[in-house]
Amino acid sequence: MSENTLHLQYILHLADDSLILGHRLSEWCGHGPTLEQDIALTNLALDLVGQARYLFQHAATIDDQGLTEDDLAYFRDVPEFRNHLLVELPNGDFGFTVLRHFLWSTFRLMYYKALSDSSDGQIVSIAKRSCKELAYHCKFSSTWLYRLGLGTETSHRKVRDAVDLIWPYTGEFFELSSYEGALLESKIALDPMTLVSDWRSVVHKTLNDVNIPIPEIRWSQTGGKNGRHTEHLGHVLAEMQFVQRAYPGLEW
Amino acid sequence: MVTEEQQIQRVMEILSTVMDPEIPVISVVDLGIIHQVNLKDDELYVEVLPTYSGCPATDYIPVLIQKTLSEHGYRKVNVSNVLDPDWSSDRITGEGLRKLADYGIAPPSRNSSPECPRCNAQDVVLTSEFGSTPCKSLYQCRQCLEPFEYFKCH
Repeated sequence: MSENTLHLQYILHLADDSLILGHRLSEWCGHGPTLEQDIALTNLALDLVGQARYLFQHAATIDDQGLTEDDLAYFRDVPEFRNHLLVELPNGDFGFTVLRHFLWSTFRLMYYKALSDSSDGQIVSIAKRSCKELAYHCKFSSTWLYRLGLGTETSHRKVRDAVDLIWPYTGEFFELSSYEGALLESKIALDPMTLVSDWRSVVHKTLNDVNIPIPEIRWSQTGGKNGRHTEHLGHVLAEMQFVQRAYPGLEW
Repeated sequence: MVTEEQQIQRVMEILSTVMDPEIPVISVVDLGIIHQVNLKDDELYVEVLPTYSGCPATDYIPVLIQKTLSEHGYRKVNVSNVLDPDWSSDRITGEGLRKLADYGIAPPSRNSSPECPRCNAQDVVLTSEFGSTPCKSLYQCRQCLEPFEYFKCH
């Protein structure tokens, strides 16, 4: 694979995470537990879709086949998506959504901070602005994690169940894909393994504070970064891509 | 003979009449999102810094700028969004901060919690970290009990 193709894959990996999680969060619109949380979740969705757009626009400049940001978002099929499996899982209940967002945004904020050294200037710019926005995501999700974890017996149990379900998917954050590996020397990408101890210390402390044990699961459910997805992604795409698939090239 | 500097000054005056579509009292100049205006062979180049990534006005503001400049007789106008330098709420002008407060939106503040834009009380409580647009959160004043929006730091 050419360096250009690897570079494109890498940006798509970053973009797909934001787009798919943004889409998942947008599914909460009209279903939030209170009006304020409904607005909060959809605002988080807006941030992520906005960040995804900048990444897709950047990917379109790397791509040599003249594809646009819309082509990349709406006309790729499941095996071409490079997001972590975690972000495509269905929303579950509010506790599941909050916990996933805490684990993901904590990772992503650290990741974007570390990317400030990337040799790809546009990635640096996108990462820099995204950090400011993700700080609000971390604050929102960790505040709620404390409230639910230290709340009622039911809210505690729901978060605890979510930890057991989600935990095997977090290992993929730190798996080095072939395209990332190939872009380390040119300093475009970074090795996510360098972030694992920082991430663990924040996550372990928070879960410890709310009396939730870290599951003793030693295996990871992975594959998304290389295009091997759960059955859920196809359903997300069926809804998200429907209009463009039915009316290709349609614009506002 | 009008110098290039005067021409750009004139463009900036026109841009200061282009209002943010979400907060119609503050102009794109007050918001600090005009990075550069350049003239090259009769063509005008305007570089805009997008605010919050999730802001739905990000695509609309360049359209508004284009429209307003063409109404003032500028035929060849290129407006583009650029991400470097990064926009920050620190770029909002003093005038812009005043206009926000007059409109009832507490302006962004790095060091202290917002004060009520209605009665200036500092005894306020956060009701929601997120509001009607990605750039705002919701507060309530404990003195006059008025709910108000706060423009978040970016």
